[in-house]
Amino acid sequence: MSTTTRSRESKLSLTAGQLPRFTWLALLVLAYAVTAGVLAVGSVMSLGAVVVIGSLLFLVAIFALSSAVEGRRKAVDRLFRYVFVGFFLLALAPLVSLVWQVVSKGMERFDLQYFTYSMRNVIGEGGGASHAIAGTLIVTGIATLISVPIGLLTAIFLQEYGGQGRLASSIRFFVDVMTGIPSIVAGLFAYTIFSALFGAGTRNGFSGAIALCILMIPTVVRSTEEMLRLVPNELREASYALGVPKFRTILKVVLPTSIAGIITGAVLAVARIIGETAPLLVTAGLNPSLNTNPFDTQMSTLPVFVYYQYVTPGIPQEPFYDRAWAGALTLILIVMGLNLFGRLLAWRFAPKPGR
Amino acid sequence: MSTSTSPAEATSTPPEDSRHALKHSSKRFGDTLFKALSTGSGITILVILAAVAVFLVGLSVPALLADPEDLPYGEFWAYVLPFAFGTVWAAALAMLFAVPVSIGIALFLTHYAPRRVATTFGYIIDLLAAVPSVVFGLWGINTLAPLVRPLFIWLEANLGWIPLFAGPVSGTGRTVLTAALVLAVMVLPIITALCREVFLQTPRLHEEASLALGATRWEMIRQAVLPFGTPGIISACMLGLGRALGETMAVAMVLSPGETIHFKLLTSDNPNTIASNIALAFPEAYGLGVNQLIATGLVLFVITLVVNMGARWVISRRREFSGAN
Amino acid sequence: MKLRLTAALGLSAALLLSACAANEQPAEQETTAAEETAVAEETTSDDTTTDEGTADEAPAQVEGNLTGIGSSAMNVAQTNWIAGFQTANPGATVLYSPDGSGAGRDAFMGGGADFAGSDRAFKPEENVAGAFALCTPESIAYDLPVYISPIAVIFNVEGVSDLNLTPAVLAGIFAGDITNWNDPAIAELNEGATLPDLAITAVHRSDDSGTTENFTDYLNKAAGDVWTNEADGEWPIEGGEAAKGTSGVVAAVTNGVGTIGYADASQAGDLSVALVGNEGEFFGPTAADAAAAVEASPVEEGREEHDLALEIDRNAPGYPIVLVAYAMACADYADDEKAALVKSYLSYIAGPEGQEVAAEGAGSAPLSEKLGSQVLAAIDAIS
Repeated sequence: MSTTTRSRESKLSLTAGQLPRFTWLALLVLAYAVTAGVLAVGSVMSLGAVVVIGSLLFLVAIFALSSAVEGRRKAVDRLFRYVFVGFFLLALAPLVSLVWQVVSKGMERFDLQYFTYSMRNVIGEGGGASHAIAGTLIVTGIATLISVPIGLLTAIFLQEYGGQGRLASSIRFFVDVMTGIPSIVAGLFAYTIFSALFGAGTRNGFSGAIALCILMIPTVVRSTEEMLRLVPNELREASYALGVPKFRTILKVVLPTSIAGIITGAVLAVARIIGETAPLLVTAGLNPSLNTNPFDTQMSTLPVFVYYQYVTPGIPQEPFYDRAWAGALTLILIVMGLNLFGRLLAWRFAPKPGR
Repeated sequence: MSTSTSPAEATSTPPEDSRHALKHSSKRFGDTLFKALSTGSGITILVILAAVAVFLVGLSVPALLADPEDLPYGEFWAYVLPFAFGTVWAAALAMLFAVPVSIGIALFLTHYAPRRVATTFGYIIDLLAAVPSVVFGLWGINTLAPLVRPLFIWLEANLGWIPLFAGPVSGTGRTVLTAALVLAVMVLPIITALCREVFLQTPRLHEEASLALGATRWEMIRQAVLPFGTPGIISACMLGLGRALGETMAVAMVLSPGETIHFKLLTSDNPNTIASNIALAFPEAYGLGVNQLIATGLVLFVITLVVNMGARWVISRRREFSGAN
Repeated sequence: MKLRLTAALGLSAALLLSACAANEQPAEQETTAAEETAVAEETTSDDTTTDEGTADEAPAQVEGNLTGIGSSAMNVAQTNWIAGFQTANPGATVLYSPDGSGAGRDAFMGGGADFAGSDRAFKPEENVAGAFALCTPESIAYDLPVYISPIAVIFNVEGVSDLNLTPAVLAGIFAGDITNWNDPAIAELNEGATLPDLAITAVHRSDDSGTTENFTDYLNKAAGDVWTNEADGEWPIEGGEAAKGTSGVVAAVTNGVGTIGYADASQAGDLSVALVGNEGEFFGPTAADAAAAVEASPVEEGREEHDLALEIDRNAPGYPIVLVAYAMACADYADDEKAALVKSYLSYIAGPEGQEVAAEGAGSAPLSEKLGSQVLAAIDAIS
């Protein structure tokens, strides 16, 4: 930005006009109306087209108007504001559509029986997913218990001890690589290892948890390290200056400062794996009965349950589809609960921020 | 900002002078132990990854060394190439949609929206991460594909001269573009959530300094928030990309796959992705076929490796922000 | 105090688990009781002590655990069979994993499954003594046809609900030679129907499947001059629309425009189903017509007496677009108890009751009397 424009604009900014408060709303309505009119004349009217073209038209119009009245800098500011709001609404559309689909179809079988029955000896209607819910909680729980400590400690090593050393750099690099392991490969890996160690065809909840760990650890490390990196060095230095040992500095200063982000990361990591289907198909498998022992035989999990209810329905198909959708709804509710719980924890343990 | 608790406690603990020496050694011990633990965790990860690599290579070798005649899916490189292309192509398209939108949402939630709105909607967007991939698949087939089909027809009719939009348009709308859209929706919450955390950590003073100098909100974001957050944004994108490259079930359900290499977005003959192909072929595979499919998994692994090396290189060319001074 | 944060973190993780346990555990115990009384008729009080589905104390004809891995096409039938079998034998638990036929055969050979389910029989060169981990070294495996499922040709064309096709026209459509619904070849077979000027989108399976293998085998044998590719589980032709699994094909055909596809008849749902046949005689995928076609198919030559690999006659009268799925078991199990359990289970599924259950729940075509008795004789020979 050259000095001449800056001085001109700064001169203007005191005297320059400001658009009335609801100009944007009027302009938006106008843009949609114009688009709809033009499209109707061209007889290619469709809601999607009106929204997309109308929105673009609105952006152009508001930018031009604001440039003229308020000056270029304000106009750019406005433009980005509306673009961000637009992105946000754009992302909400699939979300709303998905959630609506899951909730409306899932409510059909969202009843007491669903949560108290398993599928043992159930054909056709009835039955429930208690076995799959228990399986999902157990498998994900084990995976979390293994992954979060390992991931957290690794992130601490990377950020607080390793620095730019060779070990730290290689761990950082390979953690990135690990994020790219396709979920099905993780499943095959766990299946092969367990078959080799405990006899051919060994499948149980624990092997499923191991497969999920491979997918979860890199997510935890990555997000945690990112959060630790953002802790201001002044805090660490202040702590050292007071003679606090490094590990206590980490535990008392660094972690509390970043705990909210760390928990968000961990919850995201759980959310990322709790819906995994492919690795659990080959490891934890399918079992219509309730099995709460992760070291015993196969164990149903919700994604696998949903998958098979949907993919191989019997006759009539409806009860199978209803169970599948109710399973998906349950899964989302579980993650919602987890998310709330994570926020509660973060709120409880985080130092109250200054903003 | 908020550190008052810890130093106070640290100094309040030693009650007697005689304990001082002991305290000192326990400090040392604690430090050593903690360092050993965290280093050990890092090494554990390397061991796990090495085990996965050994597993992949070990099971791939028979297929790589076998006579192409014996391979159930034909010559290995000819077999895997279209899938490798499809994987990168679909993931790239997905990132093209997801990255700007995610960053935009994260900025909206952190710097524009009223706080209450931001918390609520941030929470709702997080929920997208929880939807199982099977449901994304179902949504892709039943809702998105029929919805975008008219758009595809319009694109082909009006922009068909661009090779990207060449016809014939798929009769069901289950093309690579649809799959990429589904992938974009799937990675969006991951990138958004991490970017949001990163943006929230922008030093308040930087932001206020910028605003105090008369910057508009967007200028403040450009001067203070984005430079500070760049490494974090790239990290978030890499996580999202990892998911997009490896996503199995949703792509397998949404995409109408073939074994071709082309950039057409709207036809029913699309390059398949490696992960999706494994899911499609694995249940019926036997003998060398299993090895051949796992070898394609190895190729995906290598692709991820290369992509990550590229990203590392990009980040390393920028100054690392640590501790935000 | 010092480690408050770590403790808190640990606690949070523990809470996470215990919260699950607290929510689930009591509910589960009621579950088993409730579930068993409601569903299984012969619940015993023993179950409450074991709190588990794997209750093995109840006295019954057979008990123990059986695992099978194999074809997903057979999954629904297996679910129905398992429910019936476990209800009759509360001490027995059968687990069937629908991982796929190839996975099932591999697992059975490697000893990972007590029996396999597969959309094709073992090839003669695969079925040799010593190849099976759970069998005695001299034993081969028996291929037992237990599940016959007609494959329906489904389509979605507005204004058309009935469609007659000959094998040659069907092959032409899927080979991409016939590309429009108003093609004279189709019109000729469907006088009176108003066929629109609409491009045909032929949907095939994108995954490797027994359904595709049987469908392509049919096209090859019944219309060899149009369809020159051999039977293959993977769609042999480049291009065209593809979808994952039976449900994927059904969804693609339902949501598309001018679509046609093939899928298990039981999953056709509300879609229109084409009739197929030669010489003006058209058949639909009904149980009776499918069973008639299988009835006319001989056992492959060169097989052992009880190894019942069928060679399906794709030109047989009736509806020969069928999928025959096999249960595979050792001729002689190394473990006699396992043999007894397998025999008991397989006799149930191949018997009239089991076939009836599958027909009702999975839409399969029951085995004909002759084939059924052959299968039961083979099961009897298992030791």
